[in-house]
Amino acid sequence: MIPQKTYTKQALFLGILLMATWLVNISLGSVDIPFKDLFQIIFGSNESKESWNYIVWNFRIPKSITAILVGSGLGISGLLMQTLFRNPLAGPFVLGISSGASLGVAVLILGSTFLGSFLGAFSPSSYSVTIASSLGSFLVLSVVLIAIKKIRNTMSILIIGLMFGSISAAIINVLSYFSSAELLQQFIFWSFGSLGNLSWQELGVFSGILLFSILFLLKSIKPLNGLLLGENYAVSMGINLKKTRTLVLVVTSLMTGVITAFSGPIAFIGLAVPHLTKLLFDTSDHKVLIPSVAFTGAILMLICDTIAQVPNSEYTLPINAITSLFGAPIVIWLLIRKQKSTI
Amino acid sequence: MAGTKQHIVLQTKNLSIGYSSKHEENCIAKDLNITLTKGKLVCLLGRNGIGKSTLLRTLSKTQEKLSGDINIDGEKLLNISSADLSKKMSLVLTERIPESQLSVYELIALGRQPYTNWLGRLSKEDVMRIEQAIELVDIKDICTKKNYELSDGQLQKVMIARALAQDTDIIILDEPTAHLDLHHKIEVFKILQSLVHKTNKTIILSTHEVNLALQLADELWLMTENKFTTGTIDNLIKSKDLETIFPKNQIVFNPDLKQFTLKK
Repeated sequence: MIPQKTYTKQALFLGILLMATWLVNISLGSVDIPFKDLFQIIFGSNESKESWNYIVWNFRIPKSITAILVGSGLGISGLLMQTLFRNPLAGPFVLGISSGASLGVAVLILGSTFLGSFLGAFSPSSYSVTIASSLGSFLVLSVVLIAIKKIRNTMSILIIGLMFGSISAAIINVLSYFSSAELLQQFIFWSFGSLGNLSWQELGVFSGILLFSILFLLKSIKPLNGLLLGENYAVSMGINLKKTRTLVLVVTSLMTGVITAFSGPIAFIGLAVPHLTKLLFDTSDHKVLIPSVAFTGAILMLICDTIAQVPNSEYTLPINAITSLFGAPIVIWLLIRKQKSTI
Repeated sequence: MAGTKQHIVLQTKNLSIGYSSKHEENCIAKDLNITLTKGKLVCLLGRNGIGKSTLLRTLSKTQEKLSGDINIDGEKLLNISSADLSKKMSLVLTERIPESQLSVYELIALGRQPYTNWLGRLSKEDVMRIEQAIELVDIKDICTKKNYELSDGQLQKVMIARALAQDTDIIILDEPTAHLDLHHKIEVFKILQSLVHKTNKTIILSTHEVNLALQLADELWLMTENKFTTGTIDNLIKSKDLETIFPKNQIVFNPDLKQFTLKK
């Protein structure tokens, strides 16, 4: 019998790495908290400083959990898109879902110039931004779903998604052109992305929706593996293509929409994480890939966040810039190295 | 296995195939009547563009028929769900499979999808079937390779093994020997012939290797522009239908050799 590969070693490696990056992430920040005190705070027996306690429990830990959720959610979304569209360049951004979310927020913040008093009545709070971006992504999702019903070719759906991205970008451009500098700045700050600012209550909603989505995904593992051979083979092996496609698209859209709503449009992670994971695991089996993509995404996001907050300084760089700035060269390097070793 | 001789696995009545859109119907072939019993190697012959792939796609429910009936195991194809059909019929297509990290073994194991649980876990029976398929096609030496490391000939054998692992009575192959050199063409044909004998499966393939088909097939389906005929090789030679598949100005059929030869 041919032994089936197991991935215990890699799983252990990822697990330990995740713990380590998490600890590093919460131990660093603009306020210097010694490691020993940090442990005491986490395990609830610290009397040294009330403010440290507050910082760790209300800022650092929620932020690190957000990073984990965002990283793993975007990673999984990217993986699903890449398998479904049989295209290594696919990611949560290409379906236009994130663009839809951006559009929603743009209309809320920038559109107040047009809608004046109506929207001006409530200044963009974190909840209204969340709702606006959810509505935006849901709008694009509904149109994409209608398109799916009419269109059989998966590649066309991908192109339609890209077109929605362009349309949203164009509308945002027009809105920006007519907006005041102040509002524009507000919107740009949102588009930088941010992992902080989430209360425990919001985190609960966030993680609840993500876990719920992942639960649904478990059912798509087998059909996704079948799709590795292309749509015709998948159908000949008894897979319900339409059902699988709809399930995957709805779940990814939901995850991307929620993530964008809570943390802004975070680029790059969804595209890069599946590639990184495949280099590490050397498999296409989604049973292995989905959990490992979730782990890798979480780790990468934690690292990016650690860098973004520039330890021991007051500055926090835009997370969206960091993910691309530090992530892209890593992926390029890994791919080149891989190429060399296979030749 | 007495009695199975008469078991009809595939039957069509007045089948029309082609493409239809809202405005018009583009009929490629009509009045296709097929009766196929179990345990046969069938070669579908015809010129390029005559509709061989369309016929195979229609029979495998990849494409809708225009009219007529298709019965698989006595049941209407229209009423068979894709989940049930996947246990009756497996395919080897001409399309290239998308890029992936699948190893040969994993690729063949995907053929077990109709039988595995919701997570796709392989049971003992599944593993047994996979190994049987690997043995029958004789590719034990490349099992651990990745699919992108294979030559065209090896990949074709792997795809046949995958179809075998799917454990269906019917296997349909669309031009399985295209892109292969003569040695591999013969090898693929030999494998298919031995599969029919060893496993009593029904194998239908379209091919341009007329001379090989004439030596190895149990039955031929001939597609020409205005006629579709089926039958054993001897019957088709007698009825002179075989001579009609190519225009006569270049190639002629030599009934003594049972081969097509160039016109001198």
